[in-house]
Amino acid sequence: MRHLLDFQGWTRAQVESLLDTAKVMREVLERPVKKVPALQGFTVATVFFEPSTRTRISFELAARRMSADVVSFTAATSSLQKGESYKDTLLTLEAMGIDAYVIRADAAGVPHQATRWVKGAVINGGDGRRAHPTQALLDAYTLLEALGTLEGKKVAIVGDILHSRVARSNAELLSLLGAEVWCAGPPSLLPEALPGARLTPSLEEALREADAVMVLRLQKERMETGLVHLDDYIARYQVTERRLGLAKPQAPLLHPGPMNRDVELEGALADSERSLVNRQVQNGVAVRMAVLYHLLVGREGA
Amino acid sequence: MILIKNVRLVDARGERGPADVLIGEGRILSLEGGEAERVIDGTGLFLAPGFLDLHAHLREPGEEVKEELATGLLAAVRGGYTDVVSMPNTKPPVDAPEAVRALKEKAEALGLARLHPAAALTLGQEGKHLAPAGLLKAAGAALLTDDGRTNEDAGVLALGLLQAAPLGLPVAVHAEDATLRRGGVMNDGALADLLGLPGNPPEAEAARIARDLEVLRYALRRGQARPHLHIQHLSTRRGLELVREAKRAGLPVTAEATPHHLTLTEEALKGFDPLFKVAPPLRTKEDQEALLEGLLDGTLDAIATDHAPHTPAEKEMDLLRAPFGIPSLEVAFPLLYTELHLKRGFPLPRLVALFTDGPRRVLGLKPLHLEAGAEASLVLLSPKEKPVDPKAFASKARFSPWAGWVLGGWPVLTLVAGRVAHEALE
Repeated sequence: MRHLLDFQGWTRAQVESLLDTAKVMREVLERPVKKVPALQGFTVATVFFEPSTRTRISFELAARRMSADVVSFTAATSSLQKGESYKDTLLTLEAMGIDAYVIRADAAGVPHQATRWVKGAVINGGDGRRAHPTQALLDAYTLLEALGTLEGKKVAIVGDILHSRVARSNAELLSLLGAEVWCAGPPSLLPEALPGARLTPSLEEALREADAVMVLRLQKERMETGLVHLDDYIARYQVTERRLGLAKPQAPLLHPGPMNRDVELEGALADSERSLVNRQVQNGVAVRMAVLYHLLVGREGA
Repeated sequence: MILIKNVRLVDARGERGPADVLIGEGRILSLEGGEAERVIDGTGLFLAPGFLDLHAHLREPGEEVKEELATGLLAAVRGGYTDVVSMPNTKPPVDAPEAVRALKEKAEALGLARLHPAAALTLGQEGKHLAPAGLLKAAGAALLTDDGRTNEDAGVLALGLLQAAPLGLPVAVHAEDATLRRGGVMNDGALADLLGLPGNPPEAEAARIARDLEVLRYALRRGQARPHLHIQHLSTRRGLELVREAKRAGLPVTAEATPHHLTLTEEALKGFDPLFKVAPPLRTKEDQEALLEGLLDGTLDAIATDHAPHTPAEKEMDLLRAPFGIPSLEVAFPLLYTELHLKRGFPLPRLVALFTDGPRRVLGLKPLHLEAGAEASLVLLSPKEKPVDPKAFASKARFSPWAGWVLGGWPVLTLVAGRVAHEALE
């Protein structure tokens, strides 16, 4: 693989090989000296056209843990609207000799467009509602830690599915790894189709006998545009202790963050033993190290 | 005097020839030859009446960085067009008689294709207050439209139709319900979901056409003169069905389709290239097949380009921010000649009619046929194939979704009332 844009064209074996590397990286992160020279001499750019501190720090830390040089570019979307183009930004960075670009944008397809303009590896750091492949990889890694395997496991993804790149990428990846993915949300927040997932407006149907539950963040703007009413959402779709009882006992709870406590998720659940939220964040660095390593060093093997 | 010898003739009435076409004093003098200063060997070529485009964005005044009359009208004659209707959504919009007059005068001085400016239906194209239709008509406006805007206020559209009717001015509408379209940038459906792009549902077009047809009924019932509603760039099967039913019921409605909706589908968006971002969006194969049927059975009156030039930098933005539209004046006929006629057997006279008689009728102009005495606004076409090369466009927008497509049917000579406006004879 030259780039990581989404999981189209990926095989299960490729994903498993990547996750095996992540396991090695996870061990690196547990050492007293959390640094290896694997990417010495490589330069990684985080190019965030849409602000996101968490994902950017996770990627930058991943690159630094492997001794890569890191540069970061952040642009307010307002400056893009003034005519500053993605292409010019990327060509400028290209001229400085970047080996890998982590690109985040509010519009779907920007990382795809970028591959036409730059020679370096492009990693999708989240594009619009389209894809967030490293989030899906870290979710898969975390679920594998908790469940051992994803084969035949029922994973429920709950919330605003329509606008969620996390849901899209997880549906793609988790089904590739053998899971049965259910996506539940209000009808106004469900897409017409989602490859790899079954769609339902019934939270209960998705949660019943689920082996794991992933809760998505409800974005405020969805309420402002009238797509959903907050009180109605909480009443019908909030994942509560009681509703979680429909899932298998001890089914782990995931959330890509940042979380709206007591909106999509009952506050206490976020801090419960079932919550893997912090584990997701820790694994995020290891998974991103593995991705950078595969794209920059292990191209043949990936 | 020009003599085009041994040329095949094709117009809305059929194909015939070969003939020796003698042209002088701005007219076709004879189809049986005669003496001339210049003789062109028309062997293997065919001659058609000059094309009329009902829907071009020439961007002047205000956005000359994208296009101006000089480049747009040159692109037009290169594409075989002798007559072009320019859209009024310029900056500022063309909503005053002085603006219409200025455009006409400037175009005449250029001596390329003839310009028929469309004027705004409402002041500033804001959809609130009617523009002065009578004065606009007197200044030379060919139709009224708020194209680009979607006439959300049905009452204003009704008044616009009533006002335009006795003037014989068609009112053209961008039929799309903006509230249902929301921020859609491609056809709504499973593919848009897959690509993570906001969808523009086909129902947004159908819903607005259905409403506009009711508004037309109202204007027809209340007015003394017969109004004329023209639906721009029809893109959906359901929208087409509504127009077909309305025509059967005798409503005074006409409609156009664009080269891009006839040759591309939503699948083109899979590569995330904003080049394919148009409004209304590229639809499904099923919609495209319905449009083809509509071209054959007369539901569609015209092929109109919706030539919409932008700067390359704008088209290299992302899919949410890049503007809608592609340039097509220079390739429209070769594209449809190749894709519809050569590849799918679409009858050539019908295709030519959709570029000539059909759009002329929409503007209330007489048909233009190849016969002695007819105005010599003509295009000579060559079946020789060559690839589309946007770098060679006269339009300032030198990009094209059809770049590299190998097409035949290129205009090699365009005469505007007997005057050579474009020549690419070998």
